[in-house]
Amino acid sequence: MTTISLRLRAGLVSIALLAAFLGIWHLATRASAPVKAMSPEYAKLMGLTATQGKSAMPGPLDVGAKLWEHLKRPFYDNGPNDKGLGIQLGYSIARVGLGYLLAVLVAIPLGFLIGMSPLLSRALDPFIQVLKPISPLAWMPLALYTIKDSSISAIFVIFICSIWPMLLNTVFGVASVRKEWINVARTLEVGTLRRAFTVILPAAAPTILTGMRISIGIAWLVIVAAEMLVGGTGIGYFVWNEWNNLSITNVIIAILLIGIVGMLLDQILARFTRMVTFPE
Amino acid sequence: MSIFDNPFDPDRNLRAGCACGQHESAAEHDQAAALRCEPVDSEEKRYEGVVASAVMRAMFPQDAARRAFLKSVGASTALAALSQFFPIKTATEVFAQTGAPEKKDLKVGFIPITCATPIIMAAPLGFYSKHGLNVEVVKTAGWAVIRDKTINKEYDAAHMLAPMPIAISLGLGANAIPFAVPAIENINGQGIVLANKHKDKRDPKDWKGMKFAIPFDYSMHNYLLRYYLAEHGIDPDTDVQLRSVPPPEMVANLRADNIDGFLAPDNICQRAIYDGVGFMHLLSKEIWDGHPCCSFAASREFITTAPNSFAALTRAIVDATAYASKAENRKQIAEAIAPANYINAPVTVLEQVLTGTYADGLGGVKTDEKRVDFDPFPWQSFAVWMLTQMKRWGQIKGDVDYKAVAEQVYLATDTKKLMTEMGLTPPATAYKSFAVMGKTFDPAKPEDYVTSFKIRKAS
Repeated sequence: MTTISLRLRAGLVSIALLAAFLGIWHLATRASAPVKAMSPEYAKLMGLTATQGKSAMPGPLDVGAKLWEHLKRPFYDNGPNDKGLGIQLGYSIARVGLGYLLAVLVAIPLGFLIGMSPLLSRALDPFIQVLKPISPLAWMPLALYTIKDSSISAIFVIFICSIWPMLLNTVFGVASVRKEWINVARTLEVGTLRRAFTVILPAAAPTILTGMRISIGIAWLVIVAAEMLVGGTGIGYFVWNEWNNLSITNVIIAILLIGIVGMLLDQILARFTRMVTFPE
Repeated sequence: MSIFDNPFDPDRNLRAGCACGQHESAAEHDQAAALRCEPVDSEEKRYEGVVASAVMRAMFPQDAARRAFLKSVGASTALAALSQFFPIKTATEVFAQTGAPEKKDLKVGFIPITCATPIIMAAPLGFYSKHGLNVEVVKTAGWAVIRDKTINKEYDAAHMLAPMPIAISLGLGANAIPFAVPAIENINGQGIVLANKHKDKRDPKDWKGMKFAIPFDYSMHNYLLRYYLAEHGIDPDTDVQLRSVPPPEMVANLRADNIDGFLAPDNICQRAIYDGVGFMHLLSKEIWDGHPCCSFAASREFITTAPNSFAALTRAIVDATAYASKAENRKQIAEAIAPANYINAPVTVLEQVLTGTYADGLGGVKTDEKRVDFDPFPWQSFAVWMLTQMKRWGQIKGDVDYKAVAEQVYLATDTKKLMTEMGLTPPATAYKSFAVMGKTFDPAKPEDYVTSFKIRKAS
């Protein structure tokens, strides 16, 4: 009973906050009176910002109308530089998916190896510590130069940025499996490989998935910036292209969509995490 | 006698009669100067004319003898007689069929500014397909990216700032990779825009301590702004701050008061005015009328591996440039290149740039039909001038073989040949002298030119 009412109250507060935000936004971006008198001939050549004192920032109504326009035709294709938002998001998600998958394939086995061997763990630690904090975008010029292909470079950047949280979490998860469980497995003479799959993997799974969840968040953050740099396709390119046209309305729409897709990706991983979590 | 003079006209004046010596009369000279590259009639007719002239000239190499022959039989009889034993029709067809392109599907990169007009409009207006190519024009995020993508062969050719192919060929700011320029995109078409608060600071002498944005280090924008400042006694390296900023960020930065002004390619200048954040201080045309701005560039490797594709591409660009150079086509072009797939800007802004009737940001409407113009010929003296400025501002150190570099990168000879084949009238020489802010540049003496400036980086 109390939980339902709490949820209801939280929802009401959320809606009130949203309404207040939209209201303030609307008021702040209203057009003021014409700035100054100008000849009609001159005014015809100028934008609304200059002639009617229209705020350079679009109001919520403008954004809503534009968003509806985009949602009506999400998959249009007007040539190589102008595609619908659905297609652009598709490109971005495909890039993130591919780079992320490659990172999973590398990070988890490697993490297992490092976590199970104290020697490797110590030996590789300095490299990981140095490589981890590098901004993924700093890799971009290097990738473009060596890989010589911009779309593969973007995927490489996703790969390199999502590998570290997964790797570190796997190492940590594997290394901190309770000693008693491993000792029990040893006493029962379980082989190394079998031990890894039947004892360590389930025990470390929650930690590994937490790492994967952090990684997907980072990958989604980075793809937008990478696509702005490389251009061509993707939601990042869309933002850049609309920025080029100084169309803040479209940029806001893109921001909204980036947020929603990011949230969905995160929720998917969160659900997986819950599936493998176990009570101790 | 130029390729377009009618050799079947017995009354043609054989003595040159204009100031430059290339044209028959002063009127013709003016016309040629005004139009620069004027496509004639239909393609076929043009080619036929060229072929017939060549045959006629081959038979009667002496102008006087040809005249006598024409006088005695008449032009139409002469043409009929020629066709009797020389298949002019077939020859025309053979001439028009240049080799089939090795590669038909090409990718050409561009930056969304009006300088790229010929490259962009050639897609929606069908200039590429007319020359048997299927070209995808790809919008690119910045000059460094367009450079890398062209070097990586993701693009077969690209829109570059006029000095960039020279810089790439010399290995400045990139690995030395031989690049070539078969055509200049546009001439003029830049401007100095200042923030509205500097309305009363119109004298550059008052600009000490200001911050200016330029699109790229190896750009005409950089060299022209430096030149302009230096002529007014401002040292661009010590008295002001010059920042390399991608064009779309310029307007945003000007609005945010991060910079005091910029020398940018159009439509960015007009966009700043349109959005009410700045005013036009000066068109770059007033610094140097007819200066090159952007170029159409490809790597040497592409040219040697796919010479026919390259020739077809160049023909398409030259064709498009000729079309864009005509004032009456400009409105149509503005509408064709405005959508999100191409430049992605309001049509009004592009129209103001291309037609030259524009709001100056101070409440006035100005008209300058040559605000931006299109002329494909890659003058090698342009390249020499850019090299002198690279030397002047310390981008290149040591001795420069101006002429060799200019001739290696700016393909005046090849373009001349293509233009002649297309029935356009290319200039007779690849070097011309011009004046920048009243100071004459002699392409034969580049080193003297560099040392003649008081303000320059000590080398």
